[in-house]
Amino acid sequence: MTRETLLDIRGISKSYPGVKANEDVSFSIGVGEVHALLGENGAGKSTLVKMIYGLVKPDEGTMQLRGAAYAPAEPSEARNLGVAMVFQHFSLFEALNVAENVALGMENPPPMRELAARIRAVSEEYGLPLDPSRMVGDLSAGERQRVEIIRCLLQDPKLLIMDEPTSVLTPQEVEILFRTLRQLSAEGTAILYISHKLEEIRALCDGATILRRGKVVGTCVPRETTAREMAELMVGATLTPPERRATAKGEIVLGVTDLSAASPIPFGTSLKNIGFTVARGEVLGIAGVAGNGQDELLLALSGELRTGADRIRINGHAAGDLGPSERRKAGLVAAPEDRYGHAAAPDMSLVENALLTGAIRRKLTRNGFIDWAATRSFADEIIETYDVRTPGNHVAARALSGGNLQKFLIGRELDQSPQVIVINQPTWGVDAAAAAAIRQAILNRAAEGAGVVVISQDLDELLEIADMFAVLNEGRLTKPRTVEGLTIDEIGLMMGGAHGMEVAHHAEA
Amino acid sequence: MLRLEKRPNPSKFWLYATPVVAVVMTMIVGGMLFAFMGKNPVEVIRTIFWDPMFGEFAFYLRGQLLVKAGPLILIAIGLSLGFRAGIWNIGAEGQYIMGAICGAAVGLAVYPTESRLIYPAMVIAGALGGWAWGMIPAILKTRFNTNEILVSLMLVYVAQTILAKASTGFLKNPEGMGFPGSRNFSSYPAAANPELVAGTGIHWGVVAAFAVAIVGWVLLSRHIIGFQIKLSGQAPRAARFHGVNPSRLVVLCMGISGALAGLAGLFEVTGPAGQITIDFNVGYGFTAIIVAFLGRLNPIGIVFAGILMALTYVGGEMAATNLGLPAAAIQVFQGMLLFFLLGVDVLTNFRIRTAILGVK
Repeated sequence: MTRETLLDIRGISKSYPGVKANEDVSFSIGVGEVHALLGENGAGKSTLVKMIYGLVKPDEGTMQLRGAAYAPAEPSEARNLGVAMVFQHFSLFEALNVAENVALGMENPPPMRELAARIRAVSEEYGLPLDPSRMVGDLSAGERQRVEIIRCLLQDPKLLIMDEPTSVLTPQEVEILFRTLRQLSAEGTAILYISHKLEEIRALCDGATILRRGKVVGTCVPRETTAREMAELMVGATLTPPERRATAKGEIVLGVTDLSAASPIPFGTSLKNIGFTVARGEVLGIAGVAGNGQDELLLALSGELRTGADRIRINGHAAGDLGPSERRKAGLVAAPEDRYGHAAAPDMSLVENALLTGAIRRKLTRNGFIDWAATRSFADEIIETYDVRTPGNHVAARALSGGNLQKFLIGRELDQSPQVIVINQPTWGVDAAAAAAIRQAILNRAAEGAGVVVISQDLDELLEIADMFAVLNEGRLTKPRTVEGLTIDEIGLMMGGAHGMEVAHHAEA
Repeated sequence: MLRLEKRPNPSKFWLYATPVVAVVMTMIVGGMLFAFMGKNPVEVIRTIFWDPMFGEFAFYLRGQLLVKAGPLILIAIGLSLGFRAGIWNIGAEGQYIMGAICGAAVGLAVYPTESRLIYPAMVIAGALGGWAWGMIPAILKTRFNTNEILVSLMLVYVAQTILAKASTGFLKNPEGMGFPGSRNFSSYPAAANPELVAGTGIHWGVVAAFAVAIVGWVLLSRHIIGFQIKLSGQAPRAARFHGVNPSRLVVLCMGISGALAGLAGLFEVTGPAGQITIDFNVGYGFTAIIVAFLGRLNPIGIVFAGILMALTYVGGEMAATNLGLPAAAIQVFQGMLLFFLLGVDVLTNFRIRTAILGVK
């Protein structure tokens, strides 16, 4: 079936300092087409749609909407030209009702009564049940998404962009949404659908463009392509699991059983019945899309979030109710993802930041009094061993580049002769050379007998360093399995989430 | 156009220069204020800053400096610990009053017994009184997440009401011919806090202030608790990652600042003030907030800031009596000092860049 082209994108590039978010991206969407934009985290999907929606300006390249040059300076211009977007994170006021929230997003809102009638009409027409007088605070995530969708539909868009729309939906709600999207498509509204869930894309989309590291690596017709083929394109076919050294399994140093915890982070993901073990010398890689409980898992393991004592065992001793200091004493060190403000105090010197986690295992205090000389030499040791480029140990942490600070912070944890190491995103925003050095350092510690948990969104990284592999999805962890013999197909399915559990869970709720 | 640009490293120079610049700017703008009021600005500034130390009556006024600086330093050091941790105890005035009442009550209860143990017992009671008053906002904050700024401030007014009740009721001097106010401690040696060296103004409160300054400095620069306090203020998430329990820190900081304010109240009421009266407190608890910031939340800096602030008190009184300056003008002057300090403080972490209009 040939369609008239709606949006045509040619050679779009966009760079941020140190990273090429998009490089020479070209694709087009036909009128009424449901087009998928597929890629891993950090592949450049968001940057691309932000450019289409006028939030970001491209460095190079051109866009055409229905044959006319299209370069929106801001979202309102994009909206006027018929481009609407439903964001992954909603922008709704909980204390206002549905109609009031919709009115807030309009430039010239009609009288409330009229608007309510229109909302009701649109919601009935597209099978999205929604009462305009209800308070948004009382609505479920799926209902809130309907508010956002109806807000877009009232503008009668020609192109509707949806960013990971199903991540907050129950399977039943997904069905409703898909019916609506198909109806819109049949009426001639094109949909740009961003996701990494392969089965959804196969069920819904007419065409797909696959991005990897900012570049288009392929296009396909999802209905005629297997999930495996798409996953290979998404992850990179060059990806072959590296040779695993045959390590004799040592005794278990970290055991987590049936760990559940409510998220302390606003809008965070609660952890649900997580269980795994890590043996001496073993590296467990935990993959997953951001916001599926990674931060919470790190907090629960580091001791910042406490649970039942026997949920977490370090060297066989119950440790779930211990705080960070006691867990360090027990042999566990942790490295959080956020360098500025969590793993490090940005305004403090490297010496003070060395003290931050090194105080206990490196015995930098005596009766509570700080041994500054020993702390300085600990900082110097890290700087020396991990090749941290800095004018000296007195420099504030915020003055270091991301990669250098990360080397310092990972080094700080690794140089405490730990038995258990937990790291979230070891190489996020770090240049390739530094990333390789960090991975090597982690592997060295594992070879010396530490048990390691690496949480990362970089599949290549996990396959390179992990022995065992699991995926964190909506706060649940899949059963860890060996990396050896793990196929891309299986990873795709683990990540894309055909969770047998899910249906049962939501049926309960 | 002026533009602020964040410095990669905090400026060491400006860290120490800002208080000096703030004092100079206060003198200039304060001088303008005094000129508007029809006074000779140079004369007023000299009366405030020079005469108490080197003028005609300096032999007496120098002692007064330490009398005023003592409680300011004692309270400000306690406050500075909390302020560094991001815990805002604004109610030191109330803790000061409650310390004075509790300590005085212990002494008055055993009147007229003479024993060496009486004064130490009063000191402990004073510290406990201030500590307990500080615990109210601390526990409300940790249990119910209330705002310690509001609760501690409101408790000042509660304390003032209790003080009024104490001086006219339960602590009133039974032999006082019906006048409000307690017995005078100067005529009760076991419970008095006299001048230790004649003419210097040094009493036990001043000794305590200097001792606490040294302990505070060691705590902040050498002890892990001082590190945790600084860390909590600068990067609360990093502090939790380090292992700081935020609730415990609130209780600790509010407790220390409350106890030190209570001590200051006890030393004041048994010494310079002499008795519990409805207005024996002269706002040290509030002025100490300025002193804490003026001293860069650093114990040694606070000692100097306390003496400087005492200077504006003593010199201000001189200016009021000799030059007829209203007391409110002196308070404006003190307020200006904090205002300029916080304003100039930006330069520690930012530098000013000039940018031509329209060019980014």
